[in-house]
Amino acid sequence: MSAETLTRRGFIGVSLLAGGGLLFDLSVPMAARAADGQPIVVTAFIRILPDNRVVIGGKNAEIGQGVKTSLPMLIAEELDVDWAQVTVEQTHADQAIFGGQSAGGSRTTPREWLPMRQAGAAARAMLVTAAATRWNVPAEGLTTASGKVIDRRSGRAIAYAELAAAAATVAPPDPAKLKLKDPADFRIIGKPIGGVDTPAIVAGKPLFGIDVALPGMLHAVLETCPAFGGKLKSANLDEVRAVPGVRHVLTIKGDGQAESLFDGVAILAESWWTANRAREALKIEWDDAGKTGFSTASYERQAEERLAGAAESEVVRSGDVAAAFAGAAKVVKARYSYPFLAHGTLEPQNTTALFKDGAIEIWATTQNPENGRALVANALGLPPAKIRINLTRIGGGFGRRLMNDYMVQAAAIAMQVPGTPVKLLYNRKDDFRRDFYRAGGWHGFAAALDGKGRLIGFRDHFVTFGTDGKAGRGAELSATTLPAGLVEHVLFEQSVLATNLPMGWLRAPGSNALGFVFQSFLDEVAEAAGKDLPALMLELLDEPREVTSGGRGPAFLTGRARIVIDKVLAMSGWADRKALPAGHGKGFAFYFSHAGYFAEVVEVSVVEGQPRVLAVWVAGDVGSQIINPLNALHQVQGSVIEGLGQALAGQRITQVAGAVEQENFDSHPFQRIDATPRIEVAFVTTDYPPTGLGEPALPPVIPALVNAIRAATGKRIRGLPVDLASQPA
Amino acid sequence: MAIQFTLNGEPRSVEADPEKPLLWVLREDLAMPGTKFGCGAGLCGACTVHLDGSAIRSCLTPVSAAEGMAVTTIEGVAKGAVGRAVAQAWTELDVPQCGYCQAGQIMSAVALLAQTPRPSDADIDAAMAGNLCRCSTYVRIRAAIRKAAGRKAADAGGKAGGEARS
Repeated sequence: MSAETLTRRGFIGVSLLAGGGLLFDLSVPMAARAADGQPIVVTAFIRILPDNRVVIGGKNAEIGQGVKTSLPMLIAEELDVDWAQVTVEQTHADQAIFGGQSAGGSRTTPREWLPMRQAGAAARAMLVTAAATRWNVPAEGLTTASGKVIDRRSGRAIAYAELAAAAATVAPPDPAKLKLKDPADFRIIGKPIGGVDTPAIVAGKPLFGIDVALPGMLHAVLETCPAFGGKLKSANLDEVRAVPGVRHVLTIKGDGQAESLFDGVAILAESWWTANRAREALKIEWDDAGKTGFSTASYERQAEERLAGAAESEVVRSGDVAAAFAGAAKVVKARYSYPFLAHGTLEPQNTTALFKDGAIEIWATTQNPENGRALVANALGLPPAKIRINLTRIGGGFGRRLMNDYMVQAAAIAMQVPGTPVKLLYNRKDDFRRDFYRAGGWHGFAAALDGKGRLIGFRDHFVTFGTDGKAGRGAELSATTLPAGLVEHVLFEQSVLATNLPMGWLRAPGSNALGFVFQSFLDEVAEAAGKDLPALMLELLDEPREVTSGGRGPAFLTGRARIVIDKVLAMSGWADRKALPAGHGKGFAFYFSHAGYFAEVVEVSVVEGQPRVLAVWVAGDVGSQIINPLNALHQVQGSVIEGLGQALAGQRITQVAGAVEQENFDSHPFQRIDATPRIEVAFVTTDYPPTGLGEPALPPVIPALVNAIRAATGKRIRGLPVDLASQPA
Repeated sequence: MAIQFTLNGEPRSVEADPEKPLLWVLREDLAMPGTKFGCGAGLCGACTVHLDGSAIRSCLTPVSAAEGMAVTTIEGVAKGAVGRAVAQAWTELDVPQCGYCQAGQIMSAVALLAQTPRPSDADIDAAMAGNLCRCSTYVRIRAAIRKAAGRKAADAGGKAGGEARS
């Protein structure tokens, strides 16, 4: 894969700060990449203060994935300062200044790995030039360490801060010609470094969107139609206005788009508790015609019908599938399914907005600020330049906050009360019932084995959700999903059901479900062929080679997959698994997503029908360098436990009459501490640019778990959440 | 009506609807936003504070229930010896990911250790099972409680290794 780099000379602003410090404003246009041909600009605010402390701007949204720490680490490394000198400040949202600021798809690390280092190296080079001028020596004889320029021959040293005046006049270097550090010389990258906000979190300091407090601020709640997309007919606004403490009751006219704005009624009060309680007095008549026919029961009926018939369209076809199945020595068939899921970020969706003098200022918990700006501009008729978006720390993202519906809602409310700041906060029921859900789906699989037990043909009829024959957000089946590309005769087809449920991206979108169904079915195929899944996978992966991605995402390298599979088999004692006691089992799975290669083994025990995960072994390859080993471990542990929760905690979004039934953590549970297994993680480093870790460790844990349950009990789990009681013996 | 209690050791008097949950009085009336709103139903533990030393869910506790009692929140818990040890272990082990649940986690952990200074692993799981961490920082929550209790943190139930391929 190609790495991002600062390839073009751009503007590197450098200026003196009041009091004698130095500000580097590195606006470096990168190779044109955006669809509209606009250069991507990266700016790293680097401020060197008079006392030689360094303030680095954290430019990306921090949702717990660790970028507020890891990106400044990249800058600090090449700037050659000590981490103890560094303070990180969250920047606001402005892609013209900061470049990409979204947090999604595990893309931040590969996108920023070179530009952030180049930003630090550019600032360092200018300081070295300033010192060379001051001492009247060649720059080649100078080096740096701990925020000082050092003259190697004389041994004299000068702090960066003392070079501020001279550095402010140095011509900026060409980023592409900067020499970056040899990884062997890294002193910050690759070291376990705690989160920059950890002390403030532990002290209970206000950091999150929900903590924003402005003078005169009102608190808002918003009621929308329980059946998604219903229109407001009438409401008893005046009765609610009479509730003590309520300041405004407003109607919100939507544009009918879940991503932007549905109709609603907003209640504003001096206390959120008052506003939320006033909803009990609210009586709304909705026009939900055409929205109430959607239900889980009807989806299940329709899926059954579709699977029994012909698919609507082909996703990918290779080889001669009909002939492969006709000539097969053995055909394995199975149906798999999984439900819709909610995100359940612990910080409920919220945004604070202040509309004043034709401009709006927003404090948002968003993973995708520029999308929010565009939506607010479009829905409310504001010029994008009149929208300022401040970024707060975010109490969990998991993909929910790639959508900005709550930002548009808050802005729409604020525009009706000019001059008054308003904080919109969802209650938990709003949060569960107004999500962009991980789509449910069904897969009708068939596999053809030849006389030697080799997998020669593979079919999937995928029943998913979407509109006009096109799968919804996160509900797609990629044509490159393995074993496509590894098996000669492959046919993926799909049928698309209609729904009014908004669909969205949940951590490891697509892969969190596809990993389960494909790797579990392949476990069945391996069993039918008289081998185990690792053996089948290694056979399919064959010699190290590149399996093309068809232009979508990174190419798949079979050699990288083999290494993590071999590694996890060794770590987990896979070869000795037959010696496990009765009721115990180990299961394996491999998955490639978000450019990361992960092989995992789960050990489970099943007592009286209750599966308990005892241990999980993870071997992953995300390239040549783990930037922050501490956070890397955290991301993998979190991914593993979240995946186990999707299978075991009982998560399932169901719908009746167009509305979601679940409304809190009791009906859509997430994993608790007492279900946490031992988790062993090993990173295999390979000679490829570093890639992201927020997601790729999640998909394989679910199939590894259900394959372990099979080994422990003989029961094959083909639907989530796991319910052993409903399985035939 | 005026309700009086001590908050992190300081006497406070607050004019509030007696039914208003302590959570919202802390966040809105007393400008103490460290205590977090998560579910409003006592299911997630994000709003955990101490009332006379016991961990309670402040989202379900009317402020009137705090009358005359000692309320301790995340902003003040590290003033005590147990709170200080827990906060230190939490920081050293870098427990938080997004961080949103951590105030509640720390308050539950301090209440556990105040009552059971040397908790078993089963004690830890039982005491902490009411606190949801959506990022699943559970491996480190266990390790930090062991560490604060003076037990070896190394038996944390998770480790990372790496290997280079030439």
